[in-house]
Amino acid sequence: MLARMIEEAPAFFGYYNLIFLFQALLGTFLLSAVGCVVGGLAGFGLAVVRRTEGPRLLPARLIALLFIEAFRRIPFLVTLMLTFFVFQFADIDLPLFWVAVVSVCLIASAFIAEIVRSGLDSVHRNQWDTAAAMNMGYLMMLRLVIVPQAWKVILPPAFSFFILFIKDTALASQIGVMELTYAGKVLNNKGFSAGLVFGSILLLYFALSYPLTRLGAWMEARLASSRDRKT
Amino acid sequence: MSYTLQFGQVWPYLPYLAQGALVSLWLAFLAFLGGMVIGLLGAMGKTFGPPWLQRLIQGYVVFLTNTPQLVQIYFLYFALPDSGVLLSSYQAVLIGMTLNAGAYLTEIQRAGFLSVHREELEAAETLGMSRLQSVRYVILPHIMRVLFPPLSNQYILMTLGSSMAALFGVEELTGRAFNVNAETFRSIEVFSLAAGLYILLTLIASTVLALIGRHLFRARMRIV
Amino acid sequence: MHHLEIERLSAAYGKQPVLQDVSLGVDKGEIVSLIGPSGSGKSTLLRVLVGLLPPSAGAVKLDGQSIDYKSRPHVKAARDRFAIVFQQYNLFQNMTALGNVTVAPIKVKGRPTREVEAEARALLAKVGLAEKLNAYPDQLSGGQQQRVAIARALALRPEILLLDEVTSALDPELVGEVLDAIRLLAADGMTMFIVSHEMGFVREVSARVAFMADGRVVEVGPPRQIFDRPEEARTREFVSRILRH
Repeated sequence: MLARMIEEAPAFFGYYNLIFLFQALLGTFLLSAVGCVVGGLAGFGLAVVRRTEGPRLLPARLIALLFIEAFRRIPFLVTLMLTFFVFQFADIDLPLFWVAVVSVCLIASAFIAEIVRSGLDSVHRNQWDTAAAMNMGYLMMLRLVIVPQAWKVILPPAFSFFILFIKDTALASQIGVMELTYAGKVLNNKGFSAGLVFGSILLLYFALSYPLTRLGAWMEARLASSRDRKT
Repeated sequence: MSYTLQFGQVWPYLPYLAQGALVSLWLAFLAFLGGMVIGLLGAMGKTFGPPWLQRLIQGYVVFLTNTPQLVQIYFLYFALPDSGVLLSSYQAVLIGMTLNAGAYLTEIQRAGFLSVHREELEAAETLGMSRLQSVRYVILPHIMRVLFPPLSNQYILMTLGSSMAALFGVEELTGRAFNVNAETFRSIEVFSLAAGLYILLTLIASTVLALIGRHLFRARMRIV
Repeated sequence: MHHLEIERLSAAYGKQPVLQDVSLGVDKGEIVSLIGPSGSGKSTLLRVLVGLLPPSAGAVKLDGQSIDYKSRPHVKAARDRFAIVFQQYNLFQNMTALGNVTVAPIKVKGRPTREVEAEARALLAKVGLAEKLNAYPDQLSGGQQQRVAIARALALRPEILLLDEVTSALDPELVGEVLDAIRLLAADGMTMFIVSHEMGFVREVSARVAFMADGRVVEVGPPRQIFDRPEEARTREFVSRILRH
């Protein structure tokens, strides 16, 4: 295998292939990034709804809860298929990339909702109570008091999730989205040695994911130290 | 919308799909067991081994946790034949999942080892326990208590991760959903049903594991 | 008519009762202190007053008018008339001392910024923190934070100030500065409901002291009665135990 890999390497790493792979890399990155940012905002909204009190908003809280608990327990492949077929049967003609982004959003919103909920809970109860006793409304206290403190606890795990999801985007290759794994299958079908192709794809995923992981660790360390400047 | 939901066509396949769920659980379990063995060796190697071994294990862990399981399996299935190693779909999936799990389980178990404080061992010594006794009464219970939640969580994640086996023709839950889809073309219904089964499956598994964790190991479990 | 009247108030956390049949009255300008062992319901009583825990039975009246804690407008109106300071984590960590004091009057009550800021500076100066206007909570000591919290409560112009063990979390050498601030308020004639473990201070400033245990008011009376000649056995037991230290 190794001999064949070395033999094919020059042809494999030719100009057009490199461009192709780069585009695929971009596709992978954007799929996770866009999905997680949009999903993250939605997740934030879900967490805010989850934390409301009072009987009037009970239906909304229930729906949020069911949505979160459901989409955290469905494999990405299944969510992807569902999204794909819903769009197909609804006669909505959306580029495959965006269909995949929608599935990412669905899952990301569920997971990030839990991360946000955890972050909001990390703010001491007295902060919530003091704000309430001052007659600050729920949204106002979130905006002025809670979120400015909670975001430092929310950001690291949310960023981690985004990095994690880069790996899951590989499944989007199944519906033909132009990302790294799909590129791998294309190149493999073109006749290049599978070892060379998938080995390179693995390395490209690694090159994308590992530096981001280190960045996330650095960010977490910095945020933790700024949080712990205690009295 | 030019599509009407017809669950009626899909309901009869429920037992077929439910059995697929069992296949998913079993597949994940086998990979988990294998991964635990790798993880134990890896954790011990990284904690007690020579520097070159530590770096090797670190490399393995870092590489497998930063690349997709799917592509790892693709490599095993499509690339190894060039070296003369021919794996069936099931074998490739199982080995791929096992190796992948091994990386995560190495880290989890390593954290468990590190969580045993020296003070606990010293306290056991001062109470007059022999080495064997302190392992049995102090270290093992502590490690089990600390490790059970993340290990349970990992198993649940692996059950969900087994769904990609469908892309290799393995007949676990998602794979069977694909089959039913091919037969009935009621895609939304069958994948919704599969989704529902995954939710049910993971809820039951989480609950069972939480009960075991709380009562057998006094671990702090959440129903995740 | 009492300024604040608590009539047979009961409250529970789920199934667990925390307040049982509590009755107490506070007159305008009067300082009433609550003492008692942990878990006796003292802090819970304050939380119920500001609507953080709904009562299960009984009534709370301000100037004779009952507060319906099930009605949001009522709770809002009641919160306008009280101000509460907790044991710790009072100050909003993301705002300066000045920011903390001014945020509610400006954003919630809608008062003009210039006016609120001037008043805030005066209040912070009053509690001895004029040079710490722009300090963040993590740059202030525990005692300083509590004094800012008191200034912040005053900026809300409450009718009744509720102090929930405000010195209990402080290092001993910081307690005095906070008690001094409270003394100033007492001298100003502020109606206060104080929960505290500082028996010497309680004895000094209170018009009346209420001893609570197991969610009930066991005995109420002037400090001389509660500390020197308690009528109830339970009170005697508690007082003798704390005085022994």
